[in-house]
Amino acid sequence: MATKPTHVILQGYSYIFLVYLLLPLIVMCGAAFNDSRFPTILPWNGFTWRWFIELYNDDTIWQATINTGMVALAVVALSVPIGTAGAILVNSLKGRSRALLYASMIAPILTPGAVIGISTLLFWYKFNAPAGLQISVLAQTSFIAAYVMLMVLARLQSFDGALEEAALDLGASHAQMLRRILLPHLYPAIAAGAVLAFFQSVENFNATQFTRGASTTLTVYVGSKVRTGITPSICALAAIMISITIVGAIIYEIVRRRVLARDLALQALAA
Amino acid sequence: MPPHFCYDGLITLFKRAIVIRNSIWGTGMTASVELRDVTMDFAKYRAVDDVSVKINPGEFFSFLGPSGCGKTTILRMVSGFIEPTQGSILIGDKDMKGIGPNKRPTAMIFQNLALFPLMTVWENISFGLEVRGMDKAKRRARAEELLNLVELPGVGDRFASQLSGGQRQRVAIARALAVEPEVMLLDEPLSALDLKLRQHMRAELRAIQKRTNVTFIYITHDQGEALAMSDRVAVMSRGKIQQVDVPQKIYNTPANGFVASFVGENNKFSGQLSSISKGEGKFKSDMGEFAVTLGEGVAKDSKCRLYVRPENVAFAAKPKPGVNAVPVTVESVSFEGNFATVYMRDKKGHRLSAEVRNDPTNLPPQAGTSTNITFNQDKALALLDSEAVAYEEKD
Amino acid sequence: MSELFRRYGSGITFTAIGLTAFWLLVLVIFPYAGLFEQSFRPYLPVTEINGPNDHYFLTNYLVLFSNPQDMTFGFGGASVTVPLPIHLWVFFITIVYSCLATLIVLLICYPIAYCLAKVMSPGLLPTYLLLLVIPLWVSELMRSFSWYIILSLKGPLTIVLQSLGIITDPIHWTWGMNGYSGIMVGLIYTYILFMLFPMYNAMTSLDSNQIEAAEDLGAGIFRKHWRVIMPHCKPGIASGCVTVFMLSASSLLVPSLLASPKSRWFTEVIQQWMFETHDWNAGAAYAFILLFTCTAFVTVMMRVFKVGFADIAK
Repeated sequence: MATKPTHVILQGYSYIFLVYLLLPLIVMCGAAFNDSRFPTILPWNGFTWRWFIELYNDDTIWQATINTGMVALAVVALSVPIGTAGAILVNSLKGRSRALLYASMIAPILTPGAVIGISTLLFWYKFNAPAGLQISVLAQTSFIAAYVMLMVLARLQSFDGALEEAALDLGASHAQMLRRILLPHLYPAIAAGAVLAFFQSVENFNATQFTRGASTTLTVYVGSKVRTGITPSICALAAIMISITIVGAIIYEIVRRRVLARDLALQALAA
Repeated sequence: MPPHFCYDGLITLFKRAIVIRNSIWGTGMTASVELRDVTMDFAKYRAVDDVSVKINPGEFFSFLGPSGCGKTTILRMVSGFIEPTQGSILIGDKDMKGIGPNKRPTAMIFQNLALFPLMTVWENISFGLEVRGMDKAKRRARAEELLNLVELPGVGDRFASQLSGGQRQRVAIARALAVEPEVMLLDEPLSALDLKLRQHMRAELRAIQKRTNVTFIYITHDQGEALAMSDRVAVMSRGKIQQVDVPQKIYNTPANGFVASFVGENNKFSGQLSSISKGEGKFKSDMGEFAVTLGEGVAKDSKCRLYVRPENVAFAAKPKPGVNAVPVTVESVSFEGNFATVYMRDKKGHRLSAEVRNDPTNLPPQAGTSTNITFNQDKALALLDSEAVAYEEKD
Repeated sequence: MSELFRRYGSGITFTAIGLTAFWLLVLVIFPYAGLFEQSFRPYLPVTEINGPNDHYFLTNYLVLFSNPQDMTFGFGGASVTVPLPIHLWVFFITIVYSCLATLIVLLICYPIAYCLAKVMSPGLLPTYLLLLVIPLWVSELMRSFSWYIILSLKGPLTIVLQSLGIITDPIHWTWGMNGYSGIMVGLIYTYILFMLFPMYNAMTSLDSNQIEAAEDLGAGIFRKHWRVIMPHCKPGIASGCVTVFMLSASSLLVPSLLASPKSRWFTEVIQQWMFETHDWNAGAAYAFILLFTCTAFVTVMMRVFKVGFADIAK
C-alpha cells in the first residue's frame, strides 16, 4: 500500500499541529532577547541580555523561586510516602473495597484546584492555621499524592506476588521483605513519581493561589504580575524554564532508551 | 591439665555450639509433618475436606491429583501462607497454628520458581542466610557450596534471567536448601520443563532428597512423576484423600474407582455384584459374569465397577471354561516401542484395550480379528466409585 | 483486611493504613465536608461565629441568582434586553465556553491521534512524541503566557498581518466572541494535550487488523471511523473530554491572562468572593457549585460513553 493521499494529508496536518504547539513557545523565548520594552519579537530591535540581567536583579523573583522550591520539596516529601502507601494498600484489596478506595484516591485529581485550595484553607483555618505556604503544601499534596499513587500502582501490578511469599518463606521478616524485595522493584516508579510531584508542584497555580496568603510562588507571581505590567524579564524567566524542561526531556529520553536497550539485551541472553 | 577435663570442656562447647546453631537455623535435622482433621473453606467452596495424614521424617511424600483437588491448598497450609479453617498442622510434633511462614522450618519451591530478578544467583541462594544476619563472605562461600551440590558451579554472578529453565530449577532448590529446612515443599516444580529435562530432574530431585535427608512434600498431577519419585503417595480428589500408600500398592491395589482411573490405564466394566464371600465375588455385567477380587469397603449392595489393567489382559482363541473371558473384535494395534496397545470392541460396542510386551515370537492379534480376552480373578478388581469421581473417560 | 496483615505484617500495614487515612481523611474528605458545611453559613465577624446569628441558610447559594443586570443580546439586527443575575450569567457562559473549547479540542485532536497511532512512520514517532512532550512539561503558565504575548495589541500577530497587508490597524484579538476569543484560544492551546494523550493511548491499543478488516469489507472512511475506531476509543475520548472540560471550567490563569474588558470567568468570581469581599462562605458555596458541575459532567460523560470511573484516570 503506497502512501495514500489521505495519509499524506494527515501527516502534514500532524506536522502543522506540532508547529502550532511549539511556535508560541519559541516566540516567547525569542522575546526574551529582543531589545524592546514590550515583550514581542517583532519588530526586532536587536539582541540583548538586559532582560536576563533585570531578572537576576529582581529580588521578589528570587524569593518566589526559593518559596517554590521549598514548597515543591515539601510536597515531594509528603506525597511520595503517602502515594506509595496508598498504592500498596489498594493493590492488596479486591472487589468493591478496592474500587471504592481507588475512586477516593483519584477524586482529588478530578477536582478543580480552586475547590481544593478553598477547602484546605477553610479547614485549617478552623485550627487557627493562617493562610500560607504550609497550607499550600497540604493542598497540593492532596492531589499530587494521587499521581504518585498511580505510578507506583502501575509498577506494583507488574510485581510477582510469589516473590513476597518466597522471601517470607526463606525467613525474612516483613520489614526485610519490604526493604530487599518490594521497594527495590518499586524504586523506578517512586523516583518517577518524585520527579512528577516536583514539577506538578512548581507549576501549580489554582490551589496555591487560594492558600498562599501573603507569600508567593513563581507561578503565582508571574500570573499576577501581568495585571500590573510586565517587561520581557518574564520572558527571560520563561526562556530559562523552557530550557530546563528541554534538557530534562532529553535526559529522560536518553535514560529511557538506555533502560529499554538493557532490558532487550538481558532478554536476548536468556533466550 | 588432665586430658579428660579438656575432653569434657570440648564436649560442652560443642553442645553449646549446636544449641546456638539450632536456635538460629533450626534443628538442621528433618521433621515429620502431620495434618490432623484439616479442613479449608474458602468463601464459596470447600477446598480441603477433613484430611488427616502423617508424613515421616526424611520421607519423599507426594500429593497426586487433578487440578482443583486441594493439593496446592494443603501445601500452602503447611508452609504457613493460609491457616486451616479447622484442624491442625504439626511439624515435628509442634502445632504450627499462628506461626507465620517466615518462622516455620519449611522452604518452598514455587511453581514459577519466584527467583528474585534484581539479585544475582548467589544473592538469591544466600537470601535466607542474609536475613538471618550472616556476613557477606560466609554467605558467598555457602552459596558456592550449594551451587556445587546442585551441580551448577560457577554461575553465581549471573542473573536468573540469564539461565535456562533447568538451571533456574536448581538455583531454586539451592536457595531453599540454604536455610536448612526440615521440610521442603515442592509445588509442581517440573511442570514447565520439557520431557527429557523433566525425566532428568526427577532423578536429580530424588538424589538430592536422599543426600540431604530432608522431608520432601511434593505435589503434582503427573502420576508418572509421583510413582517414580516417592516413598509414599496420597491420591486426592475434590479435597478428600482417596488413598495413601506406597507407589506399588497405589498402582496394583487401588482403593477405589477414582484411584484406579487416575493412575495408569484401566478397562472399566459397569455392572452389579451378584454374590460375595471373603474378599471375592461374582460381578455381572452386560459382557458376562466374572470372578473378581473385592476392593476396599465393597459390600453386597455397593455401587462398584470392575477394573482390569490392560497389561493384565491376555488373548485366547478358545478360552477355558471358568476363566474370565470376553469375546472381542480387534480394531487397531498401536506399536509403541517396547510394548504394543491393542484396541478392541466387544459385542456391545464397548471399548477395551490390552497391552502386550514386544515379543516377535508372540505377536498380538491383527486388526479385524475376532478373538477373546481373558484375565485372572486376582487382577480383576471390583472397586467402589468414590463420590469424587472427577475423572470420567467417555466409553 | 486480615489478608493485609498476613502479607505485610502489622507494622507495615498500620503505617500504610495510617498514611492513607491521613491523606484521604485529613487532606481530602474533612476539608470537602467542611467546605460543604461552611457554604451554608452567613458571613459573620469572628466574634459572632457560633453565636445566635450563626445558622444554616441557603443565601450563599441563592446569591447566584440575585443581582440582576440588564443584558442585551443582539441576533442579526434585532436585540433583546433581559435582566439576568450577573453571577448566573457568568456561570452559564463559563460552562458554555468550556464545552465549546472541549468540542473544538476533540475535533482537532482526533485526526492527530489517529495519525500518530496508525499512519505515521514508526521511525519518526518517538521524536515527534518527544517534541510533543515539551509543551506539556513546560507548565500551564508558560503556555498561556505565550499567547498573551502573541495576542497583545501590538504583538507579533498584529505585526505579521500588518506587514502582509492583511490588516491595517492593530486589532484587539481578545475582544472577539463577546470578549472571550482570547480566552478560547488560550484554553484550547493550553489544554489540548490533555485530550491528545488519552486518545492516542486508546488508539494504539486498537488492533490494526480490525481497521484493515473494515476496509476490506468495503467500509468508507466515515463508516470506518464511526463504527470501528471511535467505539474502541471511547474511554480515551471520555477521559480527554472530562479532563479538558474540568480544566477549562476551573481555570484561573488563562482567563486572567487573556482577559478582555468584557470577559469574566466563574473562577474569577470565586476569587473575588475570597480575596476582595473576604466572604469565604460565599466563596465556599460558589466553589461547591463548581465542584458539583464538574462532577455532573463526569457522570454524564460516563453514562453517555458507557465507561467506568477507572478508565477515566490517566
